[in-house]
Amino acid sequence: MDVDSRRLVQIGAERVSHIGDTEFPGHYPNEDHSWNLDKFREKLTVQIQRLSQRSIEFDLVGVDASIANAFRRIMIAEVPTMAIEQVYIFNNTTVIHDEILAHRIGLIPLNVDPTQMDMKEDGAPPTDRNTIEFQINIQCTHNPDYKKGSSSPTDDELYVNHQLLSSHVEWKPVGEQSTRMTDVAPTNPNIVLAKLRPGQGVEMSLLATYRLHPNIIIKSPIPIERADEFSKCFSPGVVKINKKKGTVEIDQKGMRNDTVSREVLRDPEFKDMVELGRIRDWFIFQVESESAYKPEQLLPEAINVMREKISTMREAATALLKAHGEGGDDDVVME
Amino acid sequence: MATETTPKIRIMKGAASDLSAATYQVHDESHTMGNALRWMLMKNPKVEFCGYSVPHPSEPNIQIRIQMYDNLSSLQALLKALEDLDNLCETINDAYAESLKNDDYEKWDEKS
Repeated sequence: MDVDSRRLVQIGAERVSHIGDTEFPGHYPNEDHSWNLDKFREKLTVQIQRLSQRSIEFDLVGVDASIANAFRRIMIAEVPTMAIEQVYIFNNTTVIHDEILAHRIGLIPLNVDPTQMDMKEDGAPPTDRNTIEFQINIQCTHNPDYKKGSSSPTDDELYVNHQLLSSHVEWKPVGEQSTRMTDVAPTNPNIVLAKLRPGQGVEMSLLATYRLHPNIIIKSPIPIERADEFSKCFSPGVVKINKKKGTVEIDQKGMRNDTVSREVLRDPEFKDMVELGRIRDWFIFQVESESAYKPEQLLPEAINVMREKISTMREAATALLKAHGEGGDDDVVME
Repeated sequence: MATETTPKIRIMKGAASDLSAATYQVHDESHTMGNALRWMLMKNPKVEFCGYSVPHPSEPNIQIRIQMYDNLSSLQALLKALEDLDNLCETINDAYAESLKNDDYEKWDEKS
């Protein structure tokens, strides 16, 4: 892989340089770097690498960090999801305090598609369109089937309901919800919310990252005798050793998994033989979904949120332009 | 809280009367839009200077400063940047949908 040096963030032993993008109008003489949609479309690559039912990895190549970061920020914080907001506690005799338990419950991911619900505005009354109700009611007791004898009995043998799990959060359909939705529940039934002992009971009514693609260049041949040591400086699968031919190469596909640990730069012999870097506009996105969204839906949702933001700003700016045009010194001057 | 609604965009005091240099305060936005818009505005050769700031972390505002060459309107530049940003989003969305539909990628089973 031959990468234009302008696209590289250089990684030295003690410093990282050439971090920011320089391709702006007026930076390079006789080069046009003004915004051009066709040029952007030509250079842009979006490629999905791996997909599972709860995570996706894709490459976004050819955009600026500010854009990639906007999508990342929207994906982690602004794509709407359902969560438990208000918790009414009637009885809680566990060792977990009310407010801590309420907070833990608020963090449970729910499998409700947020597009089916309306956003509940501040102070608006709850309706079957904007609120989902759950309840929890468990009581821990001694296990009547337990017989003495075992030297180290487990909690499961000794007690009934000794753990409050997310599966105990029970959905109570309201209004037309029972016909509109089915099986509303936490996405994961095995989250432990509290541990209980006999006599204790509870009754209630109720992630995305990215990194830059690494770039490793071997400037002079690595001696085959030290090939294994060289290989250990990188993540597994990055260095390809051919014992027969006596060559040491960087695997172009394995390179994306390198952590750029700079271990290789600590070796006095190796440090001048390689050049480390990251490709500034090659973003490897790793998105995990723990909500009702499928992982592959998250980027399109984030883009929708972004475009909504843009359209509200455009409306406001257009209104401002009109207001300013009326009182301003525009082209129509009548005197 | 004041009952009147805060305007989405406000031109701050001290702007040039022809808006060739102005600071815009955008309500309810953060680094997400601020940095993306700043980048898009800097891609415009008519823009002399553009920068943004979040004046205080607990106030939901950002301020975008735009200065133009040739006494052009910074508001027009802002509108152009918003339009370009929208096109960019659409392009990425299309490319993503295309890759999701047609590319050959690894599908695997992940236990939660």
